[in-house]
Amino acid sequence: MQVQSMFFKESASKKLNDAVLQKAMKKAKSKFVDGRAASVATIDNWEDIRTHAAALRDRVIANLDAYLIEFEKNAIRRGSVVHWAETAEEANAIIVEIARKNAVKTVTKSKSMVSEEISLNDALEAAGVKVLETDLGEYILQLAKEPPSHIVAPAVHKSKEQVAALFVAHHHKPLLTDISAMTREAREELRAHFLAADMGISGANFVIAETGTTLTVTNEGNADMVTTIPRIHCVITGIEKVIPTLEDFATLIRLLPRSAIGQSIANYLTLTTGVKQANEQEGPEQMHIVLVDAGRTKLLGDDMQSMLRCIRCGACMNHCPVYQNVGGHAYGWVYPGPMGSVLTPTYVGIENAGDLPNAATFCGECQVVCPVKIPLPDLMRKLREKQFDLHLRPFSERFAIQVWAFFVKRPVLYSFASRMGARLAAWMGGREKLIHKLPGIDGWTDGRDMPAPEGKTFKELYRKKYASRKTNP
Amino acid sequence: MKVGLFVTCLVDLVRPNIGFATLKLLEDAGCEVVFPSEQTCCGQPGYNSGARELSQELARKVLAEFKDCDYVVAPSGSCSGQVKIHYVQDLFRDSPDAVERKEFEKLSAKWFELSDFLVNVLKIKSLPAQFSGNVTYHDSCAGLREIGIKQQPRELLAKTGCTLTEMNDAEKCCGFGGTFSIKLGEISTRMADNKCVNIAVTGADAMVGGDLGCLLNIEGRLRRQGDKKTRVYHFAEVLAGMTDSAM
Ligand code: SF4
Repeated sequence: MQVQSMFFKESASKKLNDAVLQKAMKKAKSKFVDGRAASVATIDNWEDIRTHAAALRDRVIANLDAYLIEFEKNAIRRGSVVHWAETAEEANAIIVEIARKNAVKTVTKSKSMVSEEISLNDALEAAGVKVLETDLGEYILQLAKEPPSHIVAPAVHKSKEQVAALFVAHHHKPLLTDISAMTREAREELRAHFLAADMGISGANFVIAETGTTLTVTNEGNADMVTTIPRIHCVITGIEKVIPTLEDFATLIRLLPRSAIGQSIANYLTLTTGVKQANEQEGPEQMHIVLVDAGRTKLLGDDMQSMLRCIRCGACMNHCPVYQNVGGHAYGWVYPGPMGSVLTPTYVGIENAGDLPNAATFCGECQVVCPVKIPLPDLMRKLREKQFDLHLRPFSERFAIQVWAFFVKRPVLYSFASRMGARLAAWMGGREKLIHKLPGIDGWTDGRDMPAPEGKTFKELYRKKYASRKTNP
Repeated sequence: MKVGLFVTCLVDLVRPNIGFATLKLLEDAGCEVVFPSEQTCCGQPGYNSGARELSQELARKVLAEFKDCDYVVAPSGSCSGQVKIHYVQDLFRDSPDAVERKEFEKLSAKWFELSDFLVNVLKIKSLPAQFSGNVTYHDSCAGLREIGIKQQPRELLAKTGCTLTEMNDAEKCCGFGGTFSIKLGEISTRMADNKCVNIAVTGADAMVGGDLGCLLNIEGRLRRQGDKKTRVYHFAEVLAGMTDSAM
């Protein structure tokens, strides 16, 4: 997917004024935030599980090579073919080649964010392969020709009415108003394709080293159809998704659906281990697993490494006050919210990420809800440090920091300057004691007044009032 | 007990009343309060803008200023989080100077946010000030999530006799976020807006909080929208009975 993150501010501004989006975001917030809170409250050792899961993910990442090789060995043992892709282009080329070799005409796909990263659908379509998204949200977006705006609920930004209109335009059936009727209609549309597809492509929430299993968590069961019906199953996932054992999955699955949408367990856990064996009725004849790097190894040994713990639950964005107000598209790439503000600069380059590391008040909600305890605000601050060191922020901002720095380090000058500042601003506030416009901080005064200072600084008042007191301890 | 007062750069510049209210509360409780006059800022604006070395320099300055105090108290959860958490866990975590690291750990341990200090160190029983209004309390993010300020200000406010009506999403960020409020002003304003709506629903006469940044942000949005009525106070002003001189 093309990176548009440079335009975060402009894009966010549009989204703030998009009434349909605003309504959708309000609805989503209560569903995700309240849902998570209620479901987490039922677990008495939630914090222990988080701590355990964070350590587990850290252990995997510290030994990523070893676990990946173990996974590869066990996957091959079960008849899968494992492919390694260092870049997005390589990953696309591998999958296009699999399709070409096997004369694949049609593909059904269950949700995969990695495939969004690398624009897999475009690559396949360019090679003459028809791709059909089968996750309901992704299907809607495929009809609307839009990228997902959320990693778990990709079409969360769309209203029911917008979806109904899309269905009328593409299904050529009467307008529906009821969500379950709309879901049924989509299911009917998809069914024939499920049965006819030559290849199924799925993502993976985890891949398991000890068994060579790939694992998909869904609520619609579409991944079951995608992974078992077509003669070829292709899994595409990031290399960081490996976990050691099925038991570790048992831990992580306690966290994932609860953090994501407040569900104690997802409706479908689809585990696929290799091709159809001699004594089995179902399953693909070929299974390909494409393990994608596309920037991930850059995080290893870097101060961003803990980001690789991420299990893509979406809780950080669901709780982020910035995301809640602007939605996912504003972030300009595949991953929105706090995790996106870290992943986009680290995967596609900090120089392409614009304001993303600054799109946070550091309120800390993301860190509190992250099931694998990723210190997202700290990571964003580290990215700001990189931006600062690389001179990637606007001159005016650097200049302002330098001026500020000059004064705060020199108490005498600082006292003098702040006394002047306080007087000037108090005067500007007038009788109302409100400043309506303050050049240089238009970002503030465009939408808010600035309550004026009292007029004298604490320091000077203190000195006057307690002239006799020592001011040094 | 020698208590150092860190008023914060915002209070010094914009609303000294909060500083004097803090001073009064501490002195009324019997503390010997000292005010190191060279203090400027804890360094947070630079720290959160990516100016790491500069924020380390300022941290050292703060350390030196309060070396001889038994405690340091600040009427801000945000600056307190900076000193208690970020100095130690980030800025000097990997410092090769073990002595300095220890010093910062000591500073962290003796540094308190005002309400936390009043409740958990001084364990004050009563307050002379009475406040009869209907108030609602906004939890500032850093205070809440970094250093656990939640019940302390509420407990203290209850002693003044005021009625506390909790707003929806009291723990939600008001959108201030330091320089965020200027860099991404439009988003920041919307967040402040959401806060104002939640305040209005409570019907409170006054919105009380513990960080001047948030207070300026919320008050600024209230006034811009034409609400001249809802008062906005730091809890120190309410507790010290000094709301008259506040805005
Ligand atoms: S960063 Fe944490 S909260 Fe956000 S998606 Fe990843 S695991 Fe979930």
